[in-house]
Amino acid sequence: MGDAALIQALQRIVGEQHVLHAPADLAAYAVDATPLLRSLPTVVVFPGSRDEVKAILELASEKRIPVIPRGAASNLSGGTIAIEGGIMLNMNRMNRIIEVDAANLTATVQPGVTTAQLAREVEARGLFYPPDPGSQVISTIGGNVAENAGGLRGLKYGVTRDYVMGLEAVLPNGAILRTGGKNAKDVAGYDLTRLLVGSEGTLAVITEITVKLLPKPETKRAALAIFDRLEDAGRAVARIIENKIIPCTLEIMDKGTIKAVEEFAHVGLPTDAAAVLFIEQDGPRAVVDADIELAGRLCREEGARDVKVAATVEEGTKLAEARRFALPALARLRPTCVLEDATVPRSHLAEMIRFIEATAKKYNLLICTFGHAGDGNLHPTCPCDERDHEELERVEKAFAEIFDKAVSLGGTITGEHGVGIAKQDYLEWKIGEAGVAVSKGIKAVFDPLGILNPGKVLPKATRKRLVVRQG
Amino acid sequence: MSSVSLTNLKEALNYDEIVNCMRCGFCLAACPTYKLSLHEPRSPRGRIALARAVAEGHLDLNDIVGPLDQCVGCRACEVACPAGVHYGEILEAARATIVEHKEQSALERLVRKVGLKWVLGTPAGIRFAGWALWFWQVTGLSWLARKTGLTQAVAGKAMAELEAAMPRVPSPVKRFMGGGPGHVFPAIGERRARVGFFTGCIQEITFWKENRDAIALLQNAGCEVLIVPGQGCCGAVHTHTGEEAAAHEQAKRNIAAFERHQIDYVVNAAGGCGAALKEYKIWLKGDPEWAERAKKFSASVRDISEILLSLPPIPLGPRPGRVTFQDSCHMRNVQKLVNEPRKLLSSVPGLEFVEIGNADQCCGAGGVYNIMQPETANAMGADKASRVKATGARELVVANPPCQLHMRASLMRAGLDKEGVRVVHLATVLRESMDAAKSQERTGQTTR
Ligand SMILES: Cc1cc2nc3c(=O)[nH]c(=O)nc-3n(C[C@H](O)[C@H](O)[C@H](O)COP(=O)(O)OP(=O)(O)OC[C@H]3O[C@@H](n4cnc5c(N)ncnc54)[C@H](O)[C@@H]3O)c2cc1C
Ligand code: SF4
Ligand code: SF4
Repeated sequence: MGDAALIQALQRIVGEQHVLHAPADLAAYAVDATPLLRSLPTVVVFPGSRDEVKAILELASEKRIPVIPRGAASNLSGGTIAIEGGIMLNMNRMNRIIEVDAANLTATVQPGVTTAQLAREVEARGLFYPPDPGSQVISTIGGNVAENAGGLRGLKYGVTRDYVMGLEAVLPNGAILRTGGKNAKDVAGYDLTRLLVGSEGTLAVITEITVKLLPKPETKRAALAIFDRLEDAGRAVARIIENKIIPCTLEIMDKGTIKAVEEFAHVGLPTDAAAVLFIEQDGPRAVVDADIELAGRLCREEGARDVKVAATVEEGTKLAEARRFALPALARLRPTCVLEDATVPRSHLAEMIRFIEATAKKYNLLICTFGHAGDGNLHPTCPCDERDHEELERVEKAFAEIFDKAVSLGGTITGEHGVGIAKQDYLEWKIGEAGVAVSKGIKAVFDPLGILNPGKVLPKATRKRLVVRQG
Repeated sequence: MSSVSLTNLKEALNYDEIVNCMRCGFCLAACPTYKLSLHEPRSPRGRIALARAVAEGHLDLNDIVGPLDQCVGCRACEVACPAGVHYGEILEAARATIVEHKEQSALERLVRKVGLKWVLGTPAGIRFAGWALWFWQVTGLSWLARKTGLTQAVAGKAMAELEAAMPRVPSPVKRFMGGGPGHVFPAIGERRARVGFFTGCIQEITFWKENRDAIALLQNAGCEVLIVPGQGCCGAVHTHTGEEAAAHEQAKRNIAAFERHQIDYVVNAAGGCGAALKEYKIWLKGDPEWAERAKKFSASVRDISEILLSLPPIPLGPRPGRVTFQDSCHMRNVQKLVNEPRKLLSSVPGLEFVEIGNADQCCGAGGVYNIMQPETANAMGADKASRVKATGARELVVANPPCQLHMRASLMRAGLDKEGVRVVHLATVLRESMDAAKSQERTGQTTR
């Protein structure tokens, strides 16, 4: 099928104004938030309903044309890059909150609703949707489900997966699949809902999502603990949890990040500290107060130089800013910002950060680390310049060692950003040969023609593991 | 375009700034043209990607004209960007490159020459425009043209609507009596500062009264006010339309004009112009002769709201009514003056200030955007109008004349003017409150 015929066929399905194909339009859809990747789609389309999605997929199947589902393109693993060209299927027109069901504590939404929009809408009714990726102002629920996105509240509340109760999705051949529903209990057959969560747009196009909601916590309170030794911060994390406190947020920033944040935002962080922990708890006031007091005391016992406890919610929001400034501050240092997400069991936190620091030194790079200490999900972040190819090679090598180390500590190559193109060659390190084989089998069942987001997730070749190191 | 080498193009398009964009998309949530279209090329991230594609030779410059023209230039994206990308600089560089390399129609060349070079480009041209506009309005020509549909037929619907929303301009005689270039307005009470007033070009004609209100406020706050002679248009319109060289000429002329006088501050009552004046230091940073002078000039620029708050408060009297406030984008996103006008409004006795639902969103005026892209501009104006309605305010207070004009037209379209909702400048509200205080004092009612 020629491009002109394809464009016409798509225009018949969704209407002329919802198809873009001018050179400038295509160029704007050649990228997502992943550094260094770029590839042009053939045509960009904006369906307005499930039936339009179905018609588009039927057409694509018939003509064997790749389809790349796309939310806000804020993903960091190349998930929305049209590496083989094809139809860029934008879900952002399907952005209706269909229902907030207070009786069943659920919300049903179209995939193009932004995370922040959903959070706002349910909070206005005294309810709570906990997953809060750092990108929530722009990321879509569809993208969150497809990436199984996590967020700052992951430690206590889990990730997107833990909130998806039911899905409606269109298979590449146009068949409509409904999984789960509003039932709190449902064990009918394989858990297809969970299979689609984190499938990165390679199995089906999600057209409707039912999520679980919680009552909105009564209040919250925050504290910031400052450490002179990284190990002390690592132990403090373990002690807090040992003492049966599960903070809603427990974040760490290393020395490099502290320095960058302070220089950029002047929030009063000591630039000579080795690490800071940002701790936040939510819930009933008495519990929150007790938890924060105890967490602060434990940090001091483990050697914190100082613990600043916020007196009010507003003061807590101020402290949280320090953590929120981490990425912007680092992003401003150099033109390119490679943001990764190696994850380890939290008992290995300090060791992992140490290793990242040493690796950065070895390759003469600046790699700053911050992340979700509570769940071991670290974001080693390397400000660099993509125009410097020699530097990029060093970045690549350093991150290969970092992923290797994470896996050898019982961790994983990605805690929340997904595999996409960026990590596909490392996937086997984590899930093994059998894991890859079964994954390929699943892909073949859902998408026998291989038209849905081709070239993503499943490994093309597997990288050789690095030489095993001592210690 | 083929004559330009890629290296030149990279430089012209400010490639160094372009690569700072990490494509996170945070700016999409702030962009009014993206929110209306949901199309990436209508977003800041998309526009930067397009400029980049041109700089890297993947796209032709002509391909990106449309998406760039659609940008209202409100710079809300800059405030939202975590990486600190200077979108405004990328946009201006791209527009200038387009003007330089693009084929222009004869009509476009004529409009640019007459409008930007002769009229806005020289003080005499601006004076001429003032005469012409006044003549147009008093002779009834304007009324006749409107009735017969002539304005609409000649200039298009967008222009016709704006023309209808245009306030009556004062007569040249009245303007002359009210103090023109070179006039010094004495400080009232203790003299605290000497300021040079930047009148703005068209504003000094169409919003002459607002300027005089601002001057009266300054006088009462203890400022001696000089209308600096030899000043002209700030150059913002020129940058919006890609006339970079002409914009820089305006900047230099204005800096030189103000340098000739001993003044502490350069004060203006137009958020958009003020932003341009404050950015002269960026415009001229590469010019060895002017960089330092521009920096000094920009540092002395103050918006009327900013300077009033830094001086001892003027006594204010009751001026009741419910009002809401429309930020000027360039005042909010470039000058970062968000609280200042709100503080002033809240200090007016009897005035009830209610926040508008989408305060950080552009109204759609955007320099000449409402003339060039009426469809998008009017959609943005309509959204604003409905938000104004929702506040129940009787007045929409503004801080920038182009917004004043555009919002007046938008409220008319929404029929709100018939319900008695008015658009007024912040300076006018404050002046009326100040006058109320004075008349109270005269009649001995003061309670202080
Ligand atoms: C600054 C920044 C901070 C971030 N912080 C976090 C964080 O804290 N936690 C986190 O987990 N991630 C984070 N991310 C990554 C990213 O925001 C998430 O992966 C997010 O879930 C992507 O959502 P999206 O709408 O942008 O999806 P996209 O990027 O558009 O798409 C992501 C994937 O989902 C697929 N997809 C999208 N919609 C559908 C659909 N309807 N049906 C099927 N497949 C679909 C796409 O094909 C693609 O593979 C961050 C990113 C940035 C830039
Ligand atoms: S917010 Fe800034 S860095 Fe992110 S896409 Fe927009 S301009 Fe680029
Ligand atoms: S300046 Fe305004 S309209 Fe233009 S891209 Fe930025 S936010 Fe959008």
